[in-house]
Amino acid sequence: MIRVRTTVNGVAYEREVEPRLLLSDFLRHTLGLTGTHVGCEHGVCGACTVLVDGRSARSCLMFAVQADGLAIDTVEGLGEVEALAPLQQAFRDHHALQCGFCTPGMLMTALDLLRHRPGAGDAEIRDLLSGNLCRCTGYQHIVAALRALRK
Amino acid sequence: MSDLRPKHIGAPIKRVEDPRLLAGQGQFTDDRAVPGALHVAFRRSDHAHAEIAAIDAARAAALPGVFAVYTAADLDLPPLVATSRMRDYRATALHPLARGKVRHVGEPVAAVLAESRYVAEDALDLVEIAYRPLPALVDPETAAAAGAPLLHEEAGSNVLAAREFARGDAAAALAAAAVRVGGRFRLRRKAPLALENRACLAEWDRGRRALTLTLSTQVPGIVHEALAELLGLPGHALRVVAPDVGGGFGGKASLYPEEIVVAALAKKLGRAVRWTGDRLEDLAATSQGFDEIVEAELGLDADGAIVALSAEAIGDVGAYSIYPWTAALEPVQVVSFLPGPYRVPAYRGRVRAVATDKAPTGPYRGVGRPAAVFVTERLIDMAARRLGLDPAELRRRNLVRDDEFPYRTPSGIVWDRCGFRETLDRALAAIGYEALRREQERARGAGRLVGIGIATYAELTGIGSRISAAPGMPINTGTETATLRLDATGAVTALFGIASHGQGLETTLAQVIADELGARLADIRIVHGDSAAVAHGTGSYASRSAVLAGGAATAAARLLKERVLRAAAHLLEAAAADLDAADGRIFVAGTDRSLSFREVARAVHSEMGRLPPEAREELEVTRTYDPVFGTTTAATHVALVEIDRGTGKATILRYVVAEDCGRVINPLIVDGQVHGAVAQGIGAALYEEVVYDEAGQLLTASLADYVIPGAGEVPEIETIHLDGESPSTLGGFRGMGEGGTIGAPAAIANALADALGRDVCELPMTPERIFRLMEG
Repeated sequence: MIRVRTTVNGVAYEREVEPRLLLSDFLRHTLGLTGTHVGCEHGVCGACTVLVDGRSARSCLMFAVQADGLAIDTVEGLGEVEALAPLQQAFRDHHALQCGFCTPGMLMTALDLLRHRPGAGDAEIRDLLSGNLCRCTGYQHIVAALRALRK
Repeated sequence: MSDLRPKHIGAPIKRVEDPRLLAGQGQFTDDRAVPGALHVAFRRSDHAHAEIAAIDAARAAALPGVFAVYTAADLDLPPLVATSRMRDYRATALHPLARGKVRHVGEPVAAVLAESRYVAEDALDLVEIAYRPLPALVDPETAAAAGAPLLHEEAGSNVLAAREFARGDAAAALAAAAVRVGGRFRLRRKAPLALENRACLAEWDRGRRALTLTLSTQVPGIVHEALAELLGLPGHALRVVAPDVGGGFGGKASLYPEEIVVAALAKKLGRAVRWTGDRLEDLAATSQGFDEIVEAELGLDADGAIVALSAEAIGDVGAYSIYPWTAALEPVQVVSFLPGPYRVPAYRGRVRAVATDKAPTGPYRGVGRPAAVFVTERLIDMAARRLGLDPAELRRRNLVRDDEFPYRTPSGIVWDRCGFRETLDRALAAIGYEALRREQERARGAGRLVGIGIATYAELTGIGSRISAAPGMPINTGTETATLRLDATGAVTALFGIASHGQGLETTLAQVIADELGARLADIRIVHGDSAAVAHGTGSYASRSAVLAGGAATAAARLLKERVLRAAAHLLEAAAADLDAADGRIFVAGTDRSLSFREVARAVHSEMGRLPPEAREELEVTRTYDPVFGTTTAATHVALVEIDRGTGKATILRYVVAEDCGRVINPLIVDGQVHGAVAQGIGAALYEEVVYDEAGQLLTASLADYVIPGAGEVPEIETIHLDGESPSTLGGFRGMGEGGTIGAPAAIANALADALGRDVCELPMTPERIFRLMEG
């Protein structure tokens, strides 16, 4: 077992974990932050996307121990059910989610996109979302939500 | 007063479901923490077809952290058998853990129980299974031939179902036709691929001797009935709950071995047992779809009127006849829907469902119709080319006319009044068809490969108890029930047997109830996805929920409203006929006197003496709705596609859908359903294919190999809703969840054929296949 110290959504955690424990499983099952979803565990679908030190990353492709000393942000840190963040509200306004399973990963990728490419046009938005699969929406309403937040 | 009423039906109301899902507070099956639950991992067959000679689980069981390993011999579960009243149907026995033989790669053979999923997976490799390999049946035509090795010896044939539809003398009509076009069409196997993998959690209550199965499913009611029987439990001792479900698309609409094993183990061991599948398991062991070979021929007279259609189809149904739908589901629908929305005076369609050593096929969005529409719409385009007619004009000449509804198709399906031609006209107008053809000519002149493809189709949705061309399953898919309850706080709880998993039914059903009852949207809560909610219900599949549950909600809300008004009439000392309700209040017409729902409910439930005993009616009603024949939904898709000469890559430049989905409950949600379904149709047309090699090994076992469309592959989709109320359903709703997937493969295939000037007879047209077609 290895000690891991990490900050998740601004809260410091210290846990003893197996070295093989995936960051996605650490978040979901060790910390109980089940908002981060797991869709493929091989880095393609993007459902498990979180921010690691402010940049989007696949939590299924990282071990928990690799997050030692790093700051993680998950969907739970974005906003509350009663007080959605502007990004979440834009998703709701534009019907950018259906089953909601890819949504947490999609939101975290979108957060990175909005922070680092705030003026991205539609083609660039689609390109930057290409690492997150959604089987429900056909992406159109997701693009519309991000278009509405374009600066 | 009625003009002032808020109208929820038809309004783009933001979804009730969204806040919890957006805030990471959804509750999917694997999200539920249960301390002490045992984790199951399944050791699955790595052979396509083999006898199991021996299983030695001793080393696996000895691994620290492993609780036990179970095989079929340890569990003594009855096999799952999907029966049917269909003639020429052969049922197959599916043992939840393989017994004697394995029939596809990925079939569960042993279940390892351990303290964690990590340890359970460690132990999988230690389960030693000795196989005696048998010849793998991969090609359905070989498997259907006489003398082929049998997958199910007791069935006596690999042809698990056969069916024929006929009207008139198609052979004679074809022989006499002025123009005949035909081909051999192949739609390759697909995976439904919900983003959430299948998962289940079984919790046994030792005191009450009752089981709760939390399951990522579209059909909690179906699972409840079948599993109670298999486990020998009375219905009240089994509750099947579908919590938030991360997509289904048909892949979660069947009863699976994994949930049977998990439930049986929980009952046997008296503790919580769970399994969460991974993507490899999903691609290897979730039902697949659309694997069809169709040889078809269309005959027309010199004016372009269809005179006959003939088809011979083979459905590759994989290793087992899936419960409850049977192996006949998809193949039979292919030939029953082939005549489409057209007048087809003579028809013969024959189909065989053939078992092979692949994952079983089951329902996948569109079921049979994507293949049928692909074939028929290709034939129409081929015929237009031969006749020198515009493909839109040939469709216009053959679509069932408005004065011909209700129209009975050669397979017995009855199309009720629906805007067939209007969808065509509106879609063409929206894309600017005439101008687009001129633009296409200019692009071609510049050497670009640009094609325009049209697909018009009709489908049956919201099917009731009198299902035409039914596969004869012993379950009732034709009714849904709603229970509405107004409690003393003024809250309305509405219970349903459907199971929303992305369709937004918590919102749309509340919209229906709000309008019918006159309640406030915020006061209504929809309960679904729970077998305990109503006495009978099946779930959400087959574009049925808005029609069936919407109809049940309408009927129940009308009845409840009558009771509320009668109670209010006493309280307001007015005649019930003078009352109406809106926005959570009951008004006396022409006065300013009113009461809130809460005030009336309190008077009925909580305040003794305010109403005479005979006036205290229960403010809880249950209504079951059966749309009997169901209703028709139709659409036309138009695609503009460009092919890269160098790489064979196809890019969709424009996409328009005009559809008649009846009375629109929520246009945001309807748009979303169309977009998502078209995206899946684009996948079916250009990218997605489950590939097995000659030995029956699955080659597309990851998302790097089974490619679904990403944001860059799906264009902006323009949607037009005709909003023509269904004449056949309560509320006027038509089902629309699957249509996009039905129309898109055909429209794109036609666009590719138009761009290349060649016949396109196989989907998906991957860049490689397009390149070969260009070279050939």
